[in-house]
Amino acid sequence: MSATTGGYYFAPPSKWPVVGSTALMFLGAGTVLWMNQIQPYGAALQLIGFAVLIYMLFGWFGNVISESESGLYNKQVDASYRWSMGWFIFSEVMFFAAFFGALYYARVFSVPWLADLDNAFLWEGYAAKWPTLGPYFQQDPALAFQSMGAWGIPALNTALLLASGVTITYAHHALIDNNRNGLIWGLVATIGLGAVFLGFQIYEYVHAYSDLNLKLSSGVFGSTFYLLTGFHGFHVTLGAIMLTVILFRCIKGHFKPDRHFGFEAVAWYWHFVDVVWLGLFIFVYVLV
Amino acid sequence: MASVTTHDHAHDHGHDHDHHGPGPWTRIFTTTNHKDIGSMYLWFSLLMFFVGGAMALLIRAELFTPGLQVVQPEVFNSLTTVHALVMIFGAVMPAFVGFANWLIPLQIGAADMAFPRMNNWSFWLMIPATVLLMASFFVPGGAAASGWTLYPPLSTQGGIGVDMTIIAIHILGASSIMGSINIITTILNMRAPGMTLMRMPMFVWTWLITAYLIIAVMPVLAGCITMLLTDRHFGTAFFNAAGGGDPTMFMHIFWFFGHPEVYILILPAFGIMSQIIPTFSRKPLFGYASMVYATASIAILSFIVWGHHMFTVGMPAAGQLFFMYATMLIAVPTGVKIFNWIATMWRGSITFETPMLFAIGFLCMFTLGGFSGLVLSIVPVDITLHNTYYVVAHFHYVLFPGAIWALMAGVYFWLPKWTGRMYNETLGKWHFWLSAISFNVTFFPQHFLGLAGMPRRIPDYALQFAEWNMISTIGAFALGFSQLLFVYNVFSCIRSGEKAKERQWDSADSLEWTHLPSPVPYHTFEMPPDLRGAKAVH
Repeated sequence: MSATTGGYYFAPPSKWPVVGSTALMFLGAGTVLWMNQIQPYGAALQLIGFAVLIYMLFGWFGNVISESESGLYNKQVDASYRWSMGWFIFSEVMFFAAFFGALYYARVFSVPWLADLDNAFLWEGYAAKWPTLGPYFQQDPALAFQSMGAWGIPALNTALLLASGVTITYAHHALIDNNRNGLIWGLVATIGLGAVFLGFQIYEYVHAYSDLNLKLSSGVFGSTFYLLTGFHGFHVTLGAIMLTVILFRCIKGHFKPDRHFGFEAVAWYWHFVDVVWLGLFIFVYVLV
Repeated sequence: MASVTTHDHAHDHGHDHDHHGPGPWTRIFTTTNHKDIGSMYLWFSLLMFFVGGAMALLIRAELFTPGLQVVQPEVFNSLTTVHALVMIFGAVMPAFVGFANWLIPLQIGAADMAFPRMNNWSFWLMIPATVLLMASFFVPGGAAASGWTLYPPLSTQGGIGVDMTIIAIHILGASSIMGSINIITTILNMRAPGMTLMRMPMFVWTWLITAYLIIAVMPVLAGCITMLLTDRHFGTAFFNAAGGGDPTMFMHIFWFFGHPEVYILILPAFGIMSQIIPTFSRKPLFGYASMVYATASIAILSFIVWGHHMFTVGMPAAGQLFFMYATMLIAVPTGVKIFNWIATMWRGSITFETPMLFAIGFLCMFTLGGFSGLVLSIVPVDITLHNTYYVVAHFHYVLFPGAIWALMAGVYFWLPKWTGRMYNETLGKWHFWLSAISFNVTFFPQHFLGLAGMPRRIPDYALQFAEWNMISTIGAFALGFSQLLFVYNVFSCIRSGEKAKERQWDSADSLEWTHLPSPVPYHTFEMPPDLRGAKAVH
């Protein structure tokens, strides 16, 4: 159904879905082998899967971009993209909710309960303080760690992400006003701020591992700390890659003042990542 | 108006072949047509229904007599685990997505789903996931044996098969989320002019709400099993008390997904019922608006009842009371639906074709399953019945004659529209009655076994449970083999059924019956029908 029907563009048959599934077959099997130290097969399959995934992403997004640029998408198609991006971000919110839920559960229930009367014989003298290594891990002095302070790099990172929210809004307004220079420099600034944020995050992880002895295996504190900040960092990375694609598209002259949902979708995503960070800053760093 | 255009297409074979161009194999892999994808989903789920069913029969064969005879205990545990995962994620969910693909565009007057390529990806993602899940039987340590709920510490201690299961669930989750985003977008954005929200057929409404549930909870499951994966391989302590975590935390997060999941499996079934019962009662659906609100209420309530799956883990009494009352509250909107269906049939001129038989069977059996659910919602009762065969009986009563009979009813109901041919009515009736009898022979005794204290998920049991287990196994084999009638009926319908009429069921009034010929042409509603001012279609 390659023709537009009733004005709505329906994609013609496409190989990309099957290519994407092939990629996940390799990536999934490879990850299973890799995690169980069955090497080099694991890494090899992962590599193949990753390569096919990249090929698929280029091909599929390339298709969508050229369809969009040749004017095949009408207002109704645009609305479809808006709905779908909104629901996709909602699914991401729920993904993070699982990890925030684990953090709250550990702090409010599991850790205090481990120190209550029921466990007094099992874990004698365990005090339910946060951060904690847990009643058994803490008996090993080699595992003792310090938590990450909030008002150093994390506070700076908060400022960076908030500033990036401003610069992307500036870029958006520039796009609407047909100010291409402002658009491009606003995007460059946003990507730059995101990159600096990620650099700081990496530095912080190195610092945590080498100086604070705070590791992924540092009890439930380390678990929640690294999975929350790690998945957030991963999302910032994806957001920065998406912004870079948008930047290249802007440089090529894509998007119009009234038609630029590709840009807006990435901006929504960036703001979402920003809001998640605020939750992290409060619950992971400040309220320790 | 629209039916005239679509008639033309049906006979315009040259035009039709244009789009089929690449030949059948390329077409399967690359299609972007909602009917192709819907059919692929349905065939896949039928296959998985038999794969999961074969596992069920192995389980029942082992339980035919006390002692170990057919499989080793570890394999038995893997069978119960993978049977559930296959039936939930491989059979029932994809089957409903198949219905959604086929019917939603037809029922709202859209030419296709909003995102045809992503639609195809949602389907094809199920293949790597299924390969991983099934292959896990053949790796060292075997498939996951922790039960489908994957509770730690069993699941943190399992072998490589658990990792394969986790990755498979991740991929299936991605597929479900994409499918649901597609369905919501289609419903919200692709309706024909005049097809207002409150005029949509109930099937569309139930899928809108189901898709919302899927998008809300599938990511939570993804997070949950990610934590399991890092606990297994990367030294985290989410579910390990030694590090300050708690295995109970897994259960809370899992069931925050798991309970809405139960409604994901049943709400589209409610939608199919709400289309079939009015048709064969020859009356409009009683209380359409209250049906919509009841479905939405069930969905919202499903987020706050998860604790009833874990009354025995040692939660505070306040938690038990909250979850008990919240659970009982769900009986209210569910009751609204049951009474509405009965009121729809009241004084209707009812005929009992196969879809209606399955629908009435659904109504009786699902109500029974709902009642045993109410029994289990009472904390002190649940504490004695938890993890017994009573629970197994309960959820099979809501899932087999609930979800699966709704699917069967739906297939019989829409086959004439999909294929342009009629199934064999006599054979359909045989299929229903054999299923109805053998289902009850299989699962009704399990209530007695549970009340007498037989635990679930064990390959061997005490002698006093022998008789009812033997009866249950006989029923299970009869039930399993009765389903072959269904397969035969579908195949013979497609090959050599009598020609179906455009409106095979004279009082079916959704768009696919009133506006489209049978079989439905490959492309429909290329120009959306104008429904403004038309009579409401429910």
